Amino acid sequence: MSDVLAVADHRKGALRDVSYELLTAGRELADATGGDLHVAVVSGDVDGFADSLNREGVDAIHTVDYGEEFNHDVYFQATTALADSLDPQFLLLPNSVNGLDYAPAVADELDLPLVTDAVGMSFGDELTVVREMYGSKVETAIDVHADRAIVTVRGAEWPPAEGAGDAEISAADVAIDEDAVGSRVTGFEEVAGGDVDITQADVLVSVGRGIEEEENLELIFDLAEAMDATVSASRPIVDNGWLEKGRQVGQSGKVVTPDVYLAVGISGAVQHVAGMKGSDTIIAINTDPNAPIFDIADYGVVGDLFEVVPELVEQFE
Amino acid sequence: MKVLVTVKEVAEVEDDFEIDGLEVAEQYLEYDLNEWDDYAVEEAVQMAEADDDVEVVSVTIGPERAEETIRMALAKGVDRAVRVWDDALEDAGLLDVAAKTRILQAVVEEEAPDLVLTGVQAADDAFGATGVSLANAIDFQWAAVVNALDVEGDVARLRRELEGGIEEVTEVDLPAVFTIQTGINEPRYASLRGIRQAQRKEIATYDLAGLGLDGDAVASDLEVTDMYEPESESDVTIFEGDADETAASLAETLRDQGVGAE
Repeated sequence: MSDVLAVADHRKGALRDVSYELLTAGRELADATGGDLHVAVVSGDVDGFADSLNREGVDAIHTVDYGEEFNHDVYFQATTALADSLDPQFLLLPNSVNGLDYAPAVADELDLPLVTDAVGMSFGDELTVVREMYGSKVETAIDVHADRAIVTVRGAEWPPAEGAGDAEISAADVAIDEDAVGSRVTGFEEVAGGDVDITQADVLVSVGRGIEEEENLELIFDLAEAMDATVSASRPIVDNGWLEKGRQVGQSGKVVTPDVYLAVGISGAVQHVAGMKGSDTIIAINTDPNAPIFDIADYGVVGDLFEVVPELVEQFE
Repeated sequence: MKVLVTVKEVAEVEDDFEIDGLEVAEQYLEYDLNEWDDYAVEEAVQMAEADDDVEVVSVTIGPERAEETIRMALAKGVDRAVRVWDDALEDAGLLDVAAKTRILQAVVEEEAPDLVLTGVQAADDAFGATGVSLANAIDFQWAAVVNALDVEGDVARLRRELEGGIEEVTEVDLPAVFTIQTGINEPRYASLRGIRQAQRKEIATYDLAGLGLDGDAVASDLEVTDMYEPESESDVTIFEGDADETAASLAETLRDQGVGAE
């Protein structure tokens, strides 16, 4: 019962990065508990996935060959069944959209405490999980006063596991009850890009909540025109319907890697940063000196965009 | 059909703040309706507008102060509200997913809804887990991170917003719990008429005993033992000065990067 069980995440035939990161987080935790690292892979090309996941530090891989794509009822059944048979101390699941579609149900079913969105973990006498609150403004340490727990792990916080492993790969003895599957995935759709492809732009002027009103977007388009740049946006602008979804940068939008990314009135929530941290040069204008965008920016101005942007337009005209 | 919407009053932290022990000092907090719940409320109210037989009930776990937020939901068209609070909750530390699930499960048993809508997450502690946990506890189907929803008979056709601009198209049997993502609709502002009507709508309050629960229901295995501001790993160059000076520095930097070159 000192073992760790991690469950991989995949979509459309490819393992997602968080799957390899879970191996690193899981190995670290298993070293601390003195147990083995088990990995489960459910649905899709499980044998191919198992070979890919057989990296250094993995002790055993369990495959559940049922269906092609993620279905939360299947993952729920497979994970609870594996937890019953393997008796792990800790379950590590991805803090992805799909991970959060079954991890809480597994926790409820197994009556285990759940800590989501972990950015750090340590184990002494007890498990301690580090996670953020208030939109990344603070971090908290949470002690888990229980022998067992489920933790969902945020992507890109642990490095991916490398190296060839010598895990034992086996088909798990798990029967999926088809009658208990109450949801059916009928397809996938990619959000239309609209007229503009922000992933192809060399220079992006990206606008966030700080713009306050839809009318004020004109200022951003003026700046983009003066700079010969393309306008992109953070989530709230698109949620408000002020710009089309194809212009959204972030975890649920597009991943962009322009030469220059000028973030105007964007605080830099982790979901946004996931979509633009690969930009060559990041420049931010924001009133809040503590905004997380300044943690990844190369250059910045702490100030009112309504004062700075008009001046900047003038500089380029 | 009865739709139960979970509504949380969340604390927002001001740009400049201080931490007092294991909490952000109260004077730096502002309370508001959780943004995700605003979309869940709108989704439920639109269902009620399309069908006279739909009743929308909101449920909140929160102190009396939360009634202001609950009135906002009532003003937007929620028919009536339930608020759960108890001295045991006042004294409890972190109200974790399991504790919230037990409370909401008791409310579901009381109200017997056909559909439960929650926000994807709360803006403050952002566990993002209560809806799916609740679904399992009450033996409902579920879907997390829903950004389009169409209920027909006993099936919901919906979209789940995955990462990278991909949407999953899914059918889910009812009864179900859906966690609602921002952007699914355009939440309305409360009208003056709505605000006036909200004053007359019922907010039923329950303590734990009233829901058949005791203090153990809110006991948590999780304890916050530290809170701090994350260390910045930033090596950002900040341009100082008036707007015209900072703009000139920015322009110079941008030109160095090739921006604006003909």
